[in-house]
Order: sequence, then C-alpha cells, then structure tokens
Amino acid sequence: MAAIFRPSANLAAKVVLLGMAALLAGGTGWWLVWPRTDWSRRVGWVIDQPVPFSHEHHVAGLGIDCRFCHTSVEVSSNAGMPPTYTCMTCHSQIWTNAELLAPVRESLAQGRPIAWNVVNDIPQYVYFNHSIHIAKGVGCASCHGSVDRMALTYKASSFTMQFCLNCHRDPGPNLRPKEAIYDTEWHRTADTPSPAALMQQYGVPNRDLTDCSICHR
Amino acid sequence: MRRPLLLLLLLLPLAACDDMTAQPKRNAYADPSVAPGRVPTDSVSWRDHSTAPPPLTLALIERGQQRFRIDCTPCHSELGDGNGMIVQRGFPQPPSYQEDRLRAAPPQHFYDVITNGHGAMYSFAQRVAPEDRWAIAAYIKALQRSQHAAIADLTAAERAALP
Ligand code: HEC
Ligand code: HEC
Ligand code: HEC
Ligand code: HEC
Ligand code: HEC
Ligand code: HEC
Repeated sequence: MAAIFRPSANLAAKVVLLGMAALLAGGTGWWLVWPRTDWSRRVGWVIDQPVPFSHEHHVAGLGIDCRFCHTSVEVSSNAGMPPTYTCMTCHSQIWTNAELLAPVRESLAQGRPIAWNVVNDIPQYVYFNHSIHIAKGVGCASCHGSVDRMALTYKASSFTMQFCLNCHRDPGPNLRPKEAIYDTEWHRTADTPSPAALMQQYGVPNRDLTDCSICHR
Repeated sequence: MRRPLLLLLLLLPLAACDDMTAQPKRNAYADPSVAPGRVPTDSVSWRDHSTAPPPLTLALIERGQQRFRIDCTPCHSELGDGNGMIVQRGFPQPPSYQEDRLRAAPPQHFYDVITNGHGAMYSFAQRVAPEDRWAIAAYIKALQRSQHAAIADLTAAERAALP
C-alpha cells in the first residue's frame, strides 16, 4: 500500500505547527502590548471639538490662568469645564460676530451647555483626584504637557498604570514650588529647592504611594 | 467522564469577565453621568446669599491677591488701572480703581460687583465663592492704598531709611 503522506509532509507539518506557535505568541504579545502603545492610546492626536478652542491663544497669548476656566481643579477631583457663561464673559464683547463662535452664542441663547469631547480619560476602575496633586505641588504640565502651546487640545501622556507609578514611586523630582504649578513652561533650575526639601515642604507622607488601594478601591 | 465535566465547570467564572473600563458603580472621584462628552457643571451656586465680611488678616489679603490675579487681571490688570490684556484686544475699558469714587467705595461695593456684575462686566458669582469675594475686596482696598501711600504712613525707622 502506498504511503498516505509523502516525506515532504513532515516539513509541512512542522511549518504549520511552528506557524501556529508563532501566531499564538505574536497574538498574545499584540494583545498585551498594543493597548499600551501611544498610538492606540491616541497620545498627541488632536480631538475635534464643537468650537475650535485654542489654549495657545487664551493661555500663552492672553495670559489667562487655568483656574479662570477650570475653576474647581484645586478643590475637587474634577478640574471642571468652563460653562458657556465663562466664555461669554469676554465673547459678549469680543469677536461677537465670528462664525467660529456661533455654537457658543447659540448655547447661551438656548441655555444648553456645550458638550466638549473627551481628551484625557482613565478607566472607571481607577480613582483619580486633581486636588491632592495640585495641593502637593504636581504641576498641570507633568500630566497634560505644554497645554499653552496646543492650538487644539490633545492628550500629552499615555495615562497607563506605569505612567502613574513612575511618579508615585518617587514623587520628589516631579514636585515644583507653589508659584510654578500652573506654569506649563517651568523647568527645574539651580535655584529650585531640592526634591527632598519639596517633599518636606508639602508634607508628602513617607508611605507607599504604589499601594494598589490608592488607585483601585 | 466526571473529570472533563468538572474542568468545564471551571470555565464558568469566565462568564463574569466584562469590560472593566466602564463599570456601573458609585465612584466619588469620577462621575460617569458626564460621559461621553464633558458637560460643564456649576461649582458655586448662582447668586447665593451674601455672607458677613470675615476679619481682616494678612492671610485674607494674600488670598485676595491670588484670586484677583486669576479672575480680574485679564481686564483690570495687576495695577487695577483697567488696562488688562483683554482690554488691549478690544474689550470696553473698565474704570481705574484709583478713581475717587471707587477709592471711597466700601468693600461691600466690590462684593456686590463681583456677585451681580456691572454693565459690560458679567457676574462672577459662579466662579468666585463668597469668602473669596471678601478676600478680593480686601485686596483691592489694599491695592488702592498702596498707590496712595503718604510719608505719614511710614514708621519712624522706615522714614529714617529714606534717601
Ligand atoms: C479660556 C478658558 C480656558 C483656560 C484659561 C484654560 N482652559 Fe483648558 N480647556 C478649556 C476648554 C473650553 C476645554 C475643552 C475643549 C478642548 O478640549 O480643547 C479645555 C480642555 C482642557 C483639557 C482637556 C480636557 C479633557 O477633555 O481631557 C486640559 C487637560 C486642559 N484644558 C488644561 C488646561 C490647563 C493646564 C490650563 C492652564 C495652563 C488651561 N486648560 C487653561 C478652557 C480653558
Ligand atoms: C478672558 C477673556 C476670554 C475668555 C474667558 C474666552 N476668550 Fe476666547 N478669545 C479672547 C480674545 C481676546 C480672543 C482674540 C484673540 C486674539 O486677538 O489673539 C479670543 C479668541 C477666541 C476664538 C477665535 C480663534 C482664536 O483662537 O483666536 C475662539 C474660537 C475662542 N476665543 C473661543 C473661546 C471659548 C470656547 C471660550 C470659553 C471656554 C473662550 N474663548 C473664552 C478672550 C477670551
Ligand atoms: C497627576 C496627573 C494630573 C495632573 C497633575 C493634572 N491632571 Fe488634569 N487630568 C488627569 C487625568 C488622569 C484626567 C482624566 C480624568 C478622568 O478620566 O476622569 C484629567 C482630566 C482633566 C480635565 C478634563 C476632565 C475634568 O477633570 O474635568 C481637565 C480640564 C484637566 N484635567 C485640567 C487640569 C489642570 C488645569 C491641571 C493643573 C492645575 C491638571 N489637570 C493637572 C491628570 C492630571
Ligand atoms: C508627577 C507625579 C505624579 C503623577 C504623574 C501621578 N501622581 Fe498621584 N500623587 C502624587 C503625589 C505627590 C501625591 C500626594 C501623596 C500624599 O501627599 O498623600 C499623589 C496622590 C494620589 C492619590 C491620593 C492618595 C491618597 O489616598 O491620599 C491618588 C488617588 C493618585 N495620586 C492617583 C494617581 C493616578 C491614578 C495617577 C495617574 C493618572 C497619578 N496619581 C499620577 C504624584 C503623582
Ligand atoms: C498610581 C495609581 C495606581 C496604583 C498605585 C496601582 N494602579 Fe493599577 N492601574 C492604574 C491605572 C491608571 C490603570 C489603567 C491603565 C490603562 O488605562 O490601561 C490601572 C490598571 C490596572 C489593571 C488593569 C489591567 C490593565 O493593565 O489594563 C490591573 C489588573 C491593575 N491596575 C492592578 C494593580 C495592582 C495589582 C496594583 C498594586 C500593586 C495597582 N494596580 C496599583 C493606576 C494604578
Ligand atoms: C472680561 C473683563 C473683566 C473681568 C474679567 C473683570 N471685570 Fe470688572 N469691569 C469690567 C468692565 C468692562 C467694567 C466697567 C463696566 C461698565 O461700567 O459698564 C468693570 C467694572 C468693575 C468695577 C467698577 C464698578 C463701578 O462701580 O463702576 C469693579 C469694582 C470691578 N469691575 C471689579 C472686578 C473684580 C473684583 C473682578 C474679578 C473678580 C473683575 N472686575 C473682573 C471688566 C471686567
């Protein structure tokens, strides 16, 4: 009786087996790595907004403080989005006929808030709070990058768990003096107090900030 | 025959797997009701009743300075002369705080302007909490005084140090 498989079938079987193993390994790797890449997290992607609001104009150009618009960032978990009324504080008199601002005027006339599209997001199972970070000397730029140079807002950090832990393991070098918290262009200079001095000044407790229960409760 | 069935049973817990990123739970830190878009909320209630002025302390004036520089300098400028950046871009010019009328005005007047707005200036009731309104009023009074200081205000030691 003739052999069912020719000798070359041995090779084919090996290639298929190896291929399956490679596919499995590659697939698992992809599954683990892909969600953590900057590309899939859309770091640096500009998000379309109902009004093309420019931080570059308003912050760097006009020198408006972050807290003029994000009023609750010091006292609440959420930084807070400016209501239409805040925009109209100035735009009731400035650029009143601009086509760009039509949705803002419409929103005020109809009493319907503008729904801004989400730029920075972390999953629901992570607890995050702005006020503690601001109170302990972490600047906006440490997480949001150079907002004052964004003509349209984009996400500047990946917000993976690793990103948070990198700082929580040793916050000292990332802390800044009180007056520099809202300054997105600030850099550590020779005059800046040492990391240890800043930790002391803000009273960052000597506890383990990488404890799972800090962010997952 | 029993063993494979038991093993199959082990797969059952997998049915509990779901997408952790969207959990229907109470999260005091992140309010899911605002997703997917971010709709602004009011942080300070609108036109709340007025409170009594707090005692005048250095801390109050420093708080007032900080708040003034956030909310008022874009138009009124750090000097209070009404030449802020937004005015330079075409906003109607506010009066200088050094006007006699405003120098004579009590802190209550500044409190009321912040709460109710004034002419072209919108109300800040939503953005500036009542305690901070008193702090800003105190700071403006200090700012007015600082630009009208007289020799008589100095202590003897300070006068001696003058050139
Ligand atoms: C004149 C008002 C105004 C000022 C001042 C301002 N912002 Fe914003 N900010 C907005 C508006 C409106 C949006 C929503 C539109 C957008 O995403 O561009 C926004 C969005 C953002 C976002 C993204 C929010 C999200 O969806 O995740 C960040 C981060 C941010 N601002 C940080 C800052 C920082 C830091 C400063 C100070 C350096 C600042 N902003 C100053 C009005 C302002
Ligand atoms: C403190 C005053 C002030 C506030 C508050 C303010 N703007 Fe403006 N905005 C300006 C000025 C001044 C300009 C003109 C910029 C220039 O001349 O360079 C401007 C310009 C703009 C433009 C025109 C395009 C551009 O970027 O130059 C848009 C759009 C705009 N603002 C949207 C908004 C929105 C949306 C809000 C509310 C979140 C807002 N602004 C709040 C002062 C303000
Ligand atoms: C430690 C990192 C960190 C710092 C520091 C930080 N942010 Fe955020 N910010 C985040 C994260 C994470 C989110 C997304 C929150 C979410 O999805 O619930 C966010 C969201 C926001 C939003 C949109 C949603 C909201 O909370 O209302 C704004 C606006 C914002 N940040 C502004 C600021 C400003 C202004 C500062 C500085 C005063 C600042 N942030 C400092 C991490 C940070
Ligand atoms: C640049 C440094 C830095 C980054 C980045 C950072 N943190 Fe923090 N975080 C701190 C500091 C400093 C504290 C204050 C610790 C203290 O004094 O208790 C803190 C405190 C916290 C607390 C409150 C702890 C408590 O219970 O008192 C939470 C929750 C938290 N961080 C979550 C996060 C999350 C989630 C991220 C990532 C999106 C993040 N942090 C990124 C520096 C940072
Ligand atoms: C400083 C805050 C912080 C601490 C502390 C922390 N995590 Fe996380 N964790 C995060 C963030 C942010 C994410 C979301 C990452 C993402 O979007 O993929 C996350 C995601 C996760 C996930 C989801 C799986 C994934 O990667 O997508 C698991 C599991 C997890 N963390 C386990 C832990 C354990 C176990 C600990 C304690 C050793 C811990 N975390 C401590 C911030 C933290
Ligand atoms: C968007 C620009 C703008 C901002 C921001 C602003 N103002 Fe004004 N303010 C004005 C203008 C314009 C007037 C003149 C109004 C008129 O007479 O029509 C004015 C007038 C005033 C007056 C004089 C009222 C009188 O009796 O004549 C006071 C006091 C005042 N503002 C206080 C403040 C304080 C305090 C803040 C900060 C919380 C502030 N303003 C923020 C534009 C502004």
